[in-house]
Amino acid sequence: MTPPVKLYTLSTCSHCKSTKKLLADCTIQYDFVDVDLLQGEERSAILEDVKKFNPKCSFPTIIIGDKVIVGYKEKEIKEALGL
Amino acid sequence: MDVQELYEMLKKAQEPKGYYFPADRSWVDGLLKGLLKNKERYGYMVCPCRLASGDKEKDRDIICPCAYRAEDVAEYGSCYCNLYVSKEWLEGTIPKQYVPERRPVEKMFA
Repeated sequence: MTPPVKLYTLSTCSHCKSTKKLLADCTIQYDFVDVDLLQGEERSAILEDVKKFNPKCSFPTIIIGDKVIVGYKEKEIKEALGL
Repeated sequence: MDVQELYEMLKKAQEPKGYYFPADRSWVDGLLKGLLKNKERYGYMVCPCRLASGDKEKDRDIICPCAYRAEDVAEYGSCYCNLYVSKEWLEGTIPKQYVPERRPVEKMFA
């Protein structure tokens, strides 16, 4: 069973797009938020969440089960997914 | 301006300074599209891999080419978003590795 996968991404970021593509290619279901498309309080609230996982608040921030991966690190992502 | 025009303009301006585009044109075009999208959104071409505030003064250090490019390319052979790389990176004589964010997080929340 695949652990839950959550992504914090930017809609313009190529590393974020690569991450989404990798997950789709591996037929992994995931939730994501494109933080650049949010504004005001909604954006601030999400950034507080991102900070908890990744104090640098950079993108993509990838949460797989209890593991946090910062950046498009294919090997680490696959390992965390058990692929 | 379209992606092709931006590609040619930046290539001509940056290559003589030692900053090259990676060979994967679809990768480069994706980032150039992000830059053009940000120009449309904010009025300036902020790094597509960073979250802009929309305040030009606050975002000044991440307007492409960002203030961190020289250090990143010197240390990793690539800038943070991987739009600009060194000749060594391009020729594959140095390893292609993840470039960590160098921008202090405080700047994002300033």
